[in-house]
Amino acid sequence: MSQTLPALLPLLVAVPLLLGALGVAVRKKRLIRHVLSLGTLLGMFGFAIALVVITSDGTILAHQVGLWDQGIAIPFVVDSLSALVLMVMTVLAIASVLFAMATHEARARFFHPFVLILMAGVSGALMTGDIFNLFVFIEVMLLPSYGLLAMMGAKLGAHGARIYVSVNLMASTLLLVGIALVYATAGTVNLAELHGAAKEDPAVALAGGVVLTAISIKAAVVPVHGWLTRTYPMTSPAVTALFSGIHTKVAIYAIYRIYSLLFDGDERFLWVALVITSVTMVVGVLGAVGEKTTRSILVFHMISQIGYILIGVGLFTMLGLTAAIFYLLHHMIVKASLFLSTGAIEETYGTGEIDKLGGMLKREPLIAVTFMVAALSLAGLPPFSGFVAKFAIIQATLAESHYAVAAVAVVVSIFTLLSMLKIWTGVFMGAEPDDLQERALTYQQRMHGKRYLRVEAQAETPTLTVGPPTATTSAVLAGKQAVKVPLKLIMPGILLACITLFFGLGAELLMGWSATAAENLLNPMDYVRAVNGA
Amino acid sequence: MSIAIAVGLLTAAAVYLFMQRGMIRIVLGFVLISHAANLMLFAAGNTAFRGLSYIGFGEAGEQADPLPQAFVLTAIVIAFSISMFMVTLAITTTTDDDTEDVEASPARLLAADRGDTNDAGYYGLTTESGDIVVDHGEDETGDPWPEKASGVENSEAAAPSAETPDAEAPEAAQTREGETR
Repeated sequence: MSQTLPALLPLLVAVPLLLGALGVAVRKKRLIRHVLSLGTLLGMFGFAIALVVITSDGTILAHQVGLWDQGIAIPFVVDSLSALVLMVMTVLAIASVLFAMATHEARARFFHPFVLILMAGVSGALMTGDIFNLFVFIEVMLLPSYGLLAMMGAKLGAHGARIYVSVNLMASTLLLVGIALVYATAGTVNLAELHGAAKEDPAVALAGGVVLTAISIKAAVVPVHGWLTRTYPMTSPAVTALFSGIHTKVAIYAIYRIYSLLFDGDERFLWVALVITSVTMVVGVLGAVGEKTTRSILVFHMISQIGYILIGVGLFTMLGLTAAIFYLLHHMIVKASLFLSTGAIEETYGTGEIDKLGGMLKREPLIAVTFMVAALSLAGLPPFSGFVAKFAIIQATLAESHYAVAAVAVVVSIFTLLSMLKIWTGVFMGAEPDDLQERALTYQQRMHGKRYLRVEAQAETPTLTVGPPTATTSAVLAGKQAVKVPLKLIMPGILLACITLFFGLGAELLMGWSATAAENLLNPMDYVRAVNGA
Repeated sequence: MSIAIAVGLLTAAAVYLFMQRGMIRIVLGFVLISHAANLMLFAAGNTAFRGLSYIGFGEAGEQADPLPQAFVLTAIVIAFSISMFMVTLAITTTTDDDTEDVEASPARLLAADRGDTNDAGYYGLTTESGDIVVDHGEDETGDPWPEKASGVENSEAAAPSAETPDAEAPEAAQTREGETR
């Protein structure tokens, strides 16, 4: 294998990190920050696509950073799984940044730098072949997230940020303790050297259990899920969409990676994962019943879906892992699409409360269609990617004769559909509340100031969008005119909804990639050989 | 053994502090628990099986394992930066969180100490007053951005005097909160 390509891997961390720092330096030039951020993310996306294509035949790229000897250097390893996850995450970051630019959040000086540094941490965490570096990169990813959450959630108070930081610091400390125990028992933290260590030595298995527990907190698995539902709705929709696709999913990736290498897919502990995932699925979907805003319902569903994704760990068969990886990729896209399309309503009408909204199907047909597509995909109806994902998961569960788990998965998906219908009937159907318009105007005024309300007076019914003002703005503010979600707020959600449709109709392509990734997880010897040979 | 006892004591103290309601105490709890984790990392280098770590008391390779020390160094930096961020969060708001008694909130005390009734922390930070929300830059037309929205003047008018902050400020803060939500 050529040495030049793996040597480029550290750039995925270094470039966003450096350009993020540069973004802080360009203080007055907002346009440069926009270009810098989107350009870097597009570049990362291109690189990730190239990696997906290269690794699609099972190739594993490995590089010892700085060309230090194996065992001393930080190993960066890219196999099919990390490349796929990285690719989808860059797409989500691009969609969320576009949304944030439309809501003017991205005007904040630190928004783009934070996103870039976050992405540097993400690619590091996905590529590293060393548990301690995993900890470091997760922290690199989390630090800008704390900033984003506090910055964008300030209108709701620091409540969410406090819980988020406390829980994550607690989990990180536990992760550090777990790493210390792994080092004490196995004498190394290099994943390639740790291959199968937990299968042979119960002490290492216990240490690995601490590591997995800590990462499960970050993945919001029941019973350590409480923080997620109390923090994600406490920030802006753009940031929620970004976090939903990235944070918990990096943790899920780490669970898969560690279980494959450290535990070598040990069959003795699989039942634990199956019990936990079943409980996670049920608790998540039932929790959503009591929620009143679109975003908190969606966040509870996220927990339920995390259960589905982790069924793959509990099965650890070729079919199960393929289905779970497909589910992971599908879920990241769909969830972000839902957050962005309901977020567009929230950003325009000033509320996400189901009781205060209604009649959006008539008013915003484009968002209604986008939401419908993503919601049906989430619930698992054809022809969207969700159907393929759920079908494959249930098939894999039945193949291992875990009938109870399969039954839970089916029942939970019915409840998911009911919950999506709750949002649908509450927000999109029914009569429009009388004070909808007024609330929207008050909200826009508070968020953007009068000057940023522009009136499209040429249209048949004058509409009001966010943007530099025109002469008629005050006239409209005084009277009752139509408020409308601007197209630029809808586009990111549509983009992601199109992807789920694409992967539903062309599931073969993504299924093939997921199968390669699953094979790499099942046969970690390839990974070990790649690291040792690099 | 001494390390094990130290880890136990630090963790016990940290858990005690976590049970308190004030954010500052929780932050201090995190400081202690991260010390406990760092000591565990040190112990992972197997201090018990190594020689004395003084020059001249044996082979350098037997005296210490450099890897856990590098880990600890990294972990200290991370824990420190996050603790600082948490301290900032502890003083930015006063009224939106039940982890803090309004009278005892550090932000209130700091603001009251200065007699600064215009301080955002005196009322609890909101969108209108907060630099934390958006950068104060200039927009395309060269005007300052963002424009201060209405509502700020109103609550400043309703501001309590510096002498009696405890009696009136919570109410002022509550109305502000109601407006923003």
